[in-house]
Order: sequence, then structure tokens, then C-alpha cells
Amino acid sequence: MHDIRPDFPILSRSSRNRPLVYLDNGATTQKPTAVVDAIAKYYRQHNANVHRAAHELAEEATSMMEAARDGTRRFINAQAREEIVFTRGTTESINLVANVLADRVQPGQDIVISELEHHSNIVPWQLLAQRRGANIRAIAITDAGDLDLAHAAELITDNTAILAVSHISNGLGSVNPVGTLIDMAKKVNALTLIDGAQAVLHERIDVAALDCDFYVFSAHKMFGPTGIGILYGKLDLLNALPPWQGGGEMIERVSIKTSTYQAAPFRFEAGTPNIAGAVGLGAALEYLEPLPLADLVTQEESLVAETLIELEKIQGFRLIGRPKQRSSVISFLLEGAHPNDVGTLLDQQGIAVRAGHHCNMPLMDRLEIPGTVRASFSLYNNEADAEALIEGVAKATTFL
Amino acid sequence: MALTLDIQELKATFDFLDDWEERYRFIIDLGKEIRPLEDSQKTEANLIRGCQSQVWLTYTQQDEQLVFLLDSDAHIVRGLIAVVLIAINGKTADDIVALDIEGLFAELDLLAHLSLTRGNGLRAMILKIKQVAATLASVS
Repeated sequence: MHDIRPDFPILSRSSRNRPLVYLDNGATTQKPTAVVDAIAKYYRQHNANVHRAAHELAEEATSMMEAARDGTRRFINAQAREEIVFTRGTTESINLVANVLADRVQPGQDIVISELEHHSNIVPWQLLAQRRGANIRAIAITDAGDLDLAHAAELITDNTAILAVSHISNGLGSVNPVGTLIDMAKKVNALTLIDGAQAVLHERIDVAALDCDFYVFSAHKMFGPTGIGILYGKLDLLNALPPWQGGGEMIERVSIKTSTYQAAPFRFEAGTPNIAGAVGLGAALEYLEPLPLADLVTQEESLVAETLIELEKIQGFRLIGRPKQRSSVISFLLEGAHPNDVGTLLDQQGIAVRAGHHCNMPLMDRLEIPGTVRASFSLYNNEADAEALIEGVAKATTFL
Repeated sequence: MALTLDIQELKATFDFLDDWEERYRFIIDLGKEIRPLEDSQKTEANLIRGCQSQVWLTYTQQDEQLVFLLDSDAHIVRGLIAVVLIAINGKTADDIVALDIEGLFAELDLLAHLSLTRGNGLRAMILKIKQVAATLASVS
């Protein structure tokens, strides 16, 4: 059994005078020493602004940042490094796409999302729909928490401009059949965006195989730093789209009245980018590269499955969502308690989970619940974490 | 309000309970002692928007006395409401405006519940109580 836990210094701290049990990985993952050190080293030895290399430091900073782009390309199997645009995170990636696609959406057309989406894959499309007089349509979910493919087939029509769905649901952990959905969208020539925020460490991401137009995710959910995210887009498409933000770095030539723009990815990277963030992302990718990821994911999945079996034995435990394929998320409620009560009682035992609606208000409305308690695992969680959670939940029920 | 403790007794009890389990059991029990709002009082207008749990607030004025009625859909928040109600019980509007509720929460080691990340509406609830009291204090 490969144990990456020692690589993550924060996991040996305590919380509320107990060993920290970190099960809020859906919100953000912890960082290995390699990433923390890479960021510190960048600032200590290489800091400079990028892409204006008149000196050695700038040259170093640029090549470090661009190495992260190459690493990202390999990680998701994109065709070209120019297909990798750096953003602030998944949310900004989606907002960028929703803005630059404005001309591609005609009044009366549909933008298809799903009931499972995170607010960041709903609101940018609503803003676009309002600007263009388009409609938002949401693929329904089954009571188990899976996307209803029959309903998807009804919604994805010749009138669909864009399909934007998550690869994995952040609220329930459902792994969505994105391949099937992308195929449906392609048949009607709709553009496709996959929100991979929750998928990056749990599924092998292969954008060439998926053949989606856009794939978006954040570094901080894959052991990298916060404040840097990725927008993958097909190169021809990216180069045919207008810029979003204007400023330095994204132009080719500027006069007072007009400007011409760089090609992708720089067209979409106005201003000084998050260089240290990119360096941290690069370090995270380098850290991940030699790891037996498939084995670690299998290990994680069996840990989640075993934990779930034990949790379901607890009186008053109510699992929310029974998707066909579950990722590393267990969403639940305890009989007679608000999710916040459970979150507080677990926190007092040093167990970090998330309680609330998880930016999934439409999903919670659909399930007619105020929210859930969400335990989300990552590749470093172990039996001890699982046992602490099971005991912690059992203890919490004695309060209610 | 069916709460029988006064603020001194509340502080003494907290001093006596030294582990988190006893303290939270006590808080949850306290919450069970406040008079729940009728469903008809749990209106949109009375709702204090917290990020996650919901808190409803309404009040009546009897002579100089302000009587707040509060409720929540979460046990621990209801318990913390009880703490606030005990602190403001029998106080005039002027007293409530001057009351250091944050200091009380710090003393009881409950300050984390007022932190901005909690999103449980407690901070907003205290603000609302102070606002109501301030309006009436300036009138009288």
C-alpha cells in the first residue's frame, strides 16, 4: 500500500486538541512539501515578471511558468500547450468561456446544464442567457442522484448552443456520464464545457478522448495552490474567440484606437499572471507524475465504500444520494439535526467536514433538504481517518 | 421564555463544564428551553439570512421591556440563541445597546460561533437585536 500521507506536513497537526482528520478535500486539498517548497523557492530565487525576458530572472520565471503549462497539457492529454489557459480557478474559467461565447449564443437558444451543478456552473450561464435572451435548461436527476439521461436526450436538441455539466458532482459525488453527454451534444453541434473541479484527482482526465470543447479545473483541488486554475480549450476554437479581459500580455499591437491580440493562450491571460501559483501547480504535477495514481484511487474508493458501510449502521444516519458510480464524497444527514449541528459536533472532535448547501442550492431544493454534511476524501486519507469519522458521527447522534 | 437561568448561573455552569461534550450537551439542552416560534411567525420578514442555518427573530415591547422571540432550525444555534436571550433578559433597550455580547461569547469560549466563516446567522442576529434596541432607545 502506497502511503503519500507523510508528504503532507499539515496532516500531522492537531485540531481541537485531537489529531486532525481532514475530510474536506472537496473544498480544497492539502499541499505536499514539494509544492510548498517550490513556491518558497520561486520567491527566494527566481521572482520576476514573465514573458518580458530582458534578464535572467525573467527568463527563469517564464520557463518555470511555461513548464507548468506543459505539465498540465500532459496531465489532461491535450494536443497542444497553447490549449492550456491559466485562470484564477474553475469559476473564472467558466466565466471566461461564458463571456467569450456570447456571440455564439442566439436569442431563444438553449444552454443546457444540470440540477447537480455547482453555482459556478450555473450563474455565469444565467448571466450569458440574460444578455443574449437565451434559455437555461437543466437536466434532471434521479432520486439516486444520477443525471437522467432520457431527460438529457430530450433537452439536448438542435436548439442547444452549449452543454455545460460537471464531471463529478461536488454535493453528492456522482460520477456523471460525460462521454455520453458530449456525444449527444456533438450530434447537434452544441459546444461542450466540462467542469472537472471535483474530478482531477479521482478520474483520469483525457480531453482528447472526451473530445469536449472546454474542460476546466482548479489547481488547489489537486495538491496545488489556490488562485490558479485551468481552462482547456480546443486550439482552433480558442483562436477564433474574442478576448475577455484586456490589458498587458494579451496584445500583439496597441494603438490608441484599436489593438490586435495575441493567439491563445496569451489572448486570455491579460495582466501579470499568478506566476507563483503556476510554479506551485507545476510542482504539484511533478509530484503526481511518478505516483501510482490508479492504485491510489482504487485504495481511496475502497476506503470510501468501507466507511459508508459502517456509517449506514449508525442509527439515524441518512445517506444523501446513491449514484451508480460514487467518487470520494459521502453526503449525509443525521435524523433530527441540521447539517450545521453535525458539522460543529464533528469539528469539536477534530474532524473537518463541510456542512451546508455546498453551493448546490438547486440540488438541495430538488432533494428538499437544507443541505448536507459532506465528508470528502483524498488520496492521503487512511483507515484512521475513516474510523474517526465513523466514531465521530456515532458520537454526534448521542447529542441529538 | 422558559429559560430559568440568569447570566451569573450560566457563566458558573460553563465554568463547571470543562470538556466540550458536556458544554455542547448543555448548549443543546438550553436551546430546548426557549419557546419555539409558531410556524406563522417563521416568515420571510422575520428570517435573518445566514449562509446555512436559519434564524427567525421577532419582538414585542411591554412598557420599558423589550422581549425578543427567536428560533432556529439548528440545535446548536438555538442553544446559542438561549445564551443571548439570557444575556438580554430583563434589560432595557439602552442596556441592550450597551451590552457586550461578543465579550460574553469570548468569556464562554464560544467566540468561534461568531466568526465570519460560520455563516450561521448568529452574528447577523446579534446585530439585528442591537438595531432594534437602538431604534427604541433613541425614541424613548
